[in-house]
Amino acid sequence: MALELRGITKQFPGVLANDDVSLSVELGEIVALLGENGAGKTTLMNILYGLYTPDAGDVLVDGQPLQLSSPSDSIAAGIGMVHQHFMLVPVFTVTENVILGMEPTKTAGWLDMKTGSQIVSDISGRYNLEVDPSAMIEDLPVGVQQRVEIIKILSREARYLVFDEPTAVLTPQEVEEFFRIIRGLKDGGKGIIFISHKLKEALEVADRIVVMRDGKTVADVTPEQVTEEEVAELMVGRPVELVVRKKLAEAGEPVLVVKDLVALDDRDQTVVDGVSFEVRAGEIVGIAGVQGNGQTQLVETIMGLRMSIAGMVSINGHSVTGASPRDIHQMDVAHVPEDRLQSGLVVDFTVTENMILDSYYDHPYSRGIQMDWDSAAKAAERLVQEYDVRTPNIDTQVSSLSGGNQQKVIVAREFDRDVGLVVASQPTRGIDVGSIEYIHSRIVEERDKGAAVLIVSSELDEVMALSDRILVMYRGRIVGEFDPKKNSTTEIGLAMLGGTK
Amino acid sequence: MTESVGSPTPNDTPPKTQRPNFMDRVTGVGTGVGKALLMPTLALVIALILGAIFIALTDLEALAMLNEDFLGALKHMVVGVGEAFKAMFGVFGSIYGWSETLFAATPLILAGLSVALGFRAGLFNIGATGQMLIGGMAAIWVGLHISLPAILHIPLALLAAIIAGAIWSGVSGLLKARTGAHEVITTIMLNFIALFLTEFLLKTPAWQDPTRNNPLSEQLPPSARFPEIFGGDYRVTIGLIIAIVAAFFVIWLLFRSSLGFEFRAVGYNPTASRYAGMNVPTLFVLVMAVSGGLAGIAGANQVMGLAPYQVTTAFAGTIGFDAIALALLGRSHPVGVLWASLLFGALKAGGRSMQAAAQIPLELVIVIQALIIVFIAAPELVRAIFKVRPPEEEPTQLTRGWGG
Repeated sequence: MALELRGITKQFPGVLANDDVSLSVELGEIVALLGENGAGKTTLMNILYGLYTPDAGDVLVDGQPLQLSSPSDSIAAGIGMVHQHFMLVPVFTVTENVILGMEPTKTAGWLDMKTGSQIVSDISGRYNLEVDPSAMIEDLPVGVQQRVEIIKILSREARYLVFDEPTAVLTPQEVEEFFRIIRGLKDGGKGIIFISHKLKEALEVADRIVVMRDGKTVADVTPEQVTEEEVAELMVGRPVELVVRKKLAEAGEPVLVVKDLVALDDRDQTVVDGVSFEVRAGEIVGIAGVQGNGQTQLVETIMGLRMSIAGMVSINGHSVTGASPRDIHQMDVAHVPEDRLQSGLVVDFTVTENMILDSYYDHPYSRGIQMDWDSAAKAAERLVQEYDVRTPNIDTQVSSLSGGNQQKVIVAREFDRDVGLVVASQPTRGIDVGSIEYIHSRIVEERDKGAAVLIVSSELDEVMALSDRILVMYRGRIVGEFDPKKNSTTEIGLAMLGGTK
Repeated sequence: MTESVGSPTPNDTPPKTQRPNFMDRVTGVGTGVGKALLMPTLALVIALILGAIFIALTDLEALAMLNEDFLGALKHMVVGVGEAFKAMFGVFGSIYGWSETLFAATPLILAGLSVALGFRAGLFNIGATGQMLIGGMAAIWVGLHISLPAILHIPLALLAAIIAGAIWSGVSGLLKARTGAHEVITTIMLNFIALFLTEFLLKTPAWQDPTRNNPLSEQLPPSARFPEIFGGDYRVTIGLIIAIVAAFFVIWLLFRSSLGFEFRAVGYNPTASRYAGMNVPTLFVLVMAVSGGLAGIAGANQVMGLAPYQVTTAFAGTIGFDAIALALLGRSHPVGVLWASLLFGALKAGGRSMQAAAQIPLELVIVIQALIIVFIAAPELVRAIFKVRPPEEEPTQLTRGWGG
């Protein structure tokens, strides 16, 4: 009893996305499909889901070849998929979402909500997926929404479940819960494919690990056979440093000083509630915290993008209250924003245009109001080389680069001058191992050159690896300071949830 | 660059922005030249075919014959369509036809540039009509009340029109910047205000022809009239040159100036622009002002560039709305707007000769124009008809709903 992909080949104009790829999962087994962005995972899954037709190769369930020409064919064959972005109607209840598309009806087409909620509670009971059938989706945390997606798939009698980057949107605690759920599904006899680019997770939860690179399967191993380093090397194609190597910090004068800062969010709720800290030259301070505890607004306030209502921020001894983002940029502050697609890049612009996005108005990129595109192109060529941005050329639209390379464009733009302060939010979210390694080493390099560095990340591992000091933010306050060399992940994780030391 | 240069693979495309949004697709912002030309051309072809069917189906003589002599009726229809199109595209066969085309295209270019510039910066300026009216009224005032030699009088009147148009649309920009009021709403409302203001002003002594009771302006003195380029037989004036210069100005502004860089950045992504230190609210005001200034020149052209150099409230006509169509057809690029204006100018000029030669109502031209726009706004439809594959969009439909 297995789901099998055999010798799948799929060619797109200019790209061989899948090159003779084979993958199988048995009932009662968890297979992790690992690979960097662009390795061909998503193409493979879209073939499995009937969105693409392979140029060669077969999809087989229990030895029977399938003709998959639409998602409904896949569903009929017992294959279900949980997408990274959930496909739920936010203003519908859990039950309504689950029965959507296969609504149980009484005579004359009356909706049978009772049967509907019965279906939900049956499945949630059987697989231990706790959820209130009458809750509105928009009121539920992301982790619970994911459970609803799983129930929805199980209600369609899926035997094979495919999860596309399921942990990307979850908090560390939700990830634990998620692992418990998929282990439960496995014990319940389901076959699970779990797509990820996070090595640790794959090693922790999978029975088998399949690694893809450049459209090919390069490994099919059990977690016992390999180490984290070996899997990373398989994914990237060269040895990767997973540990950030850095010297001891030599902290100097305070560069960024935040004192009793209070700021509101867009709904006028106080989300930064009396925050004080300082970052000294030559040290990396990490702010850890579950997303949504005021980190976003804290950074926006520091960067002049949001007005504070009390307290103050100073950079190099100058108060920056009321300063514009451009004023702050001109104080040699580099900012890597949290959401690279929304705030960091104009993705429809070329690499060149993005490289000069915050310095276009000044020499050498413009003289008066006239742009000097030649010097912009020259700078872009140099930065692409220097920061190892993999792009066909500098006139390529940034939207067609991989996440890691997009992030490198931002890093190149921001770090390409004498930087006194670096503020980086989620600097490596959703990007591949190779780029993470590179960006981390660049950040440490800036510190070693004497910059003060503030890292905000919801990935505790990242904060632990990079920081010299860790501050934990919870409900708008700094609730503790930790030393990554002395304190454990557990202690810090507890503080992130509001527990005391 | 080292090993395996990251060529854009399908999976590389970031999921959030992989499909251009509807406005971007329709306005053509962000498409290359080849791609940009394809859809408008196909839209034109379908519109002409449907136009032919309309002509055939409104051929009353042929319809009457249909029962007795089917083939004869069909032949009559085909001949009718042929004659109509021959008359319509006959404008390209004579110098006079060309001059009429260019004459009709002049204000279209200017107004089209106005809307296209707005599109590039992510703003939908529907107020070209109002900005034309206000610009035109300013030009008339300068024309009537300041006496200067033509060499100074014309530029001064133009300048007044630009400033008036810019201020008028700047109001919409300011409202958006300060209050977030959507420019579509405010520009439409300002159109009404401009229309009735024009009607009122045309009855005040500063504008009104003293010999008349109705809202009609006094005739402009010769020093405030655009000279004809090819002599009195042809109606093409220096307005055309101004329009072409304006097109080159817009190209320079958008693609060569730092202000244009800001315009385009804001058009694509206001959030990232703000993060990059641009003053987004100020840019909204500036974009609207430049856009309104261009429409103001179009308004000046309608008063200074055609006999009898005096106007009623109708002088902006439908140009302000045609301008939206032109910006769409020209894929929001100044050069595209030039060609689109030439096409619409030809349809206008040709429509008149079609009416004269083949007794086809002028309204058919409007039908064809409207059809072009419908098909540009519905690219999927055109693709279905011509079986054109969507440009490199095939690998991007990565996520769909369960059971969807």
